[in-house]
Amino acid sequence: MAETAQQVAEQEPLFGKNEKRLLIDPLNDNNPITVQVLGICSALAVTTLVVPSLVMAVAVVFVCAFSNLIISLLRNLIPKQVRMIVQLVIVATLVTIVELTLKALNFEVYKQLSVFIGLIITNCIVMGRLEAFAMANKPWRSFLDGIGNGLGYGVILVAVAVFREVFGKGSFAGIKIIGNTSEFALNTNAISWLGWYSPNNLMVLPAAAMFLIGIIIWIQRSYNSKLVDIS
Amino acid sequence: MDRNSTQYVLFFTMTMTVVVAVVLAGMYSSLKSIHTTNERNYNKKQILSSLNIAEEFKAESMADGAVATMFSDQVTGVVIDAESKVTDAREAQDIDMEKEEKKPEADRLYPVFKYTSAKTNKEYFILSVRGNGLWDKIWGWIAIENDADRTIAGAAFGHKGETPGLGAEIKDNTSWKNMFAGEKLYKKGEYSPVIVKKGGADPTSKYEVDAISGATVTCDGVTKMLEKGLAVYMPYLDSVKK
Repeated sequence: MAETAQQVAEQEPLFGKNEKRLLIDPLNDNNPITVQVLGICSALAVTTLVVPSLVMAVAVVFVCAFSNLIISLLRNLIPKQVRMIVQLVIVATLVTIVELTLKALNFEVYKQLSVFIGLIITNCIVMGRLEAFAMANKPWRSFLDGIGNGLGYGVILVAVAVFREVFGKGSFAGIKIIGNTSEFALNTNAISWLGWYSPNNLMVLPAAAMFLIGIIIWIQRSYNSKLVDIS
Repeated sequence: MDRNSTQYVLFFTMTMTVVVAVVLAGMYSSLKSIHTTNERNYNKKQILSSLNIAEEFKAESMADGAVATMFSDQVTGVVIDAESKVTDAREAQDIDMEKEEKKPEADRLYPVFKYTSAKTNKEYFILSVRGNGLWDKIWGWIAIENDADRTIAGAAFGHKGETPGLGAEIKDNTSWKNMFAGEKLYKKGEYSPVIVKKGGADPTSKYEVDAISGATVTCDGVTKMLEKGLAVYMPYLDSVKK
C-alpha cells in the first residue's frame, strides 16, 4: 500500500482540485450514510434532538479527521499483522478524548448522548476510512478525507434531527415552536404559531429516522443520476 | 529492524500502548475536578427541578452558579437511615442512591433535602426514590409540602434506558410531570401514595395520575417506586411535622 501513496505526484498544490473533491465528494456523491449506508445505527439513535446531533457530528468529524491523520503519519511504521488493532487503539483514544472533553464542557449533552459517544469507536465510517484511505495516502489528504466523511455523516444526522425534533417534540434546539401553548407555561421564549399541530410521537421513535433516511436517499437519487445503477 | 519480525510488532504495540495510556491518564486526572463539579451541579439541578411548578423557575436551564448559590442558601440536607432516624454518618449530597440500592435494606441511607422558599417562606421536603422501569433503573425526586396530607409540590424523574418517546417521557414530558403537583400521599391519616393509572385517572381524585400511552411498564414502575420509596421517609416527616 505504501507504493500507491508514492504514486501521488510530489508537487501537488496544498488545496487543489483533488483536495477539494476529498471534501465535497462525501457530502453528496459518496455520502457515508446515504450512499455507502454506514453508521446507520448511531444515525437512528441520536437524532431525536438537534443539539446532541450537532455535538455528535462535531465529535465524528474530529475523530475521523485526526484518526485519519495519525494513521496516515504512521502508515509506513504500522506492522501489517496488527494494523487493525493499531487503528482501533487510535480511534478509541480519540473517542475517549472527545468523551472527557465533552464531560467537562457540556455535562448535559454528555448525559444525553450517553453511550453513543463511546460507540463512535465502532462506527464503520471511521474504520472504513482508515482502511480504505489513510493507510494508502499522505497525511494532508487523509486529514481532508476524514473531515469530508465526518461532515457527510454530520449533515445527514443534523437534517434528520431537525425533522424529528420539530415534528416529534414540537421544538427546535430545545425551544418550543409548534404545538399546544399550554405546554410552555414556564417557557417564555415560546413562539406558538402552529397551535393546532400535536407532536407526532412516531417521529421520536427510531423507526422515523429510518423512514427519513430512506426519503433522503430517494430525493438524492432522483436528482443525482450518477448514483443510479444504470446496468 | 525488520518490520515483519515479532520483536518489531511487540516494540510497536508496547510503545503505542504507553503513549496512549500516558495521554489519557494525564487528561483524565487533569479534568477530574471539573467533571466532579459538573456532576454535582447536574444533580443539584435535577433535585431542584422537582420544585419547578411550586417555585415558578426552570431549574434545568439555570446557570451552574445560580444553582450552587440557591442550594447553599436555601437547601439543607439531612440523612436518615432505614428506620427513619437522622444520622450524621454522611452528607446528604454525597449519598448516591445507586450505591445505597446495592446494600441490604437495613443498611441503606436516604437523603432528605429541605428547601425553604425565598418568596413564600414555605418549606418543602425533596425526597429521593429509585426503582425499575422497563429496560433499566428509573429514579425521581419528589417535592412534598409540610402539611397533614403530604401534598406533592412537584416531581422530577430520570431514567437510564427507557424508550425515547414512550418510557423516556417520564423525564421529558413536562405536562405529565406537572400532574403530580397537588396530588397527595395521605388519605384520612392512612398512607396512600399517588398511583399512575392506565386508562386515565379520575380527574377529581388527588391520588391518581394519568399513565403515558405506550409506556405501561415504565408507569407501573413509577407507581411501585413511589409506593415503596416514599414510605421510608414518612416516619421521619412525621417526626418533624409542625
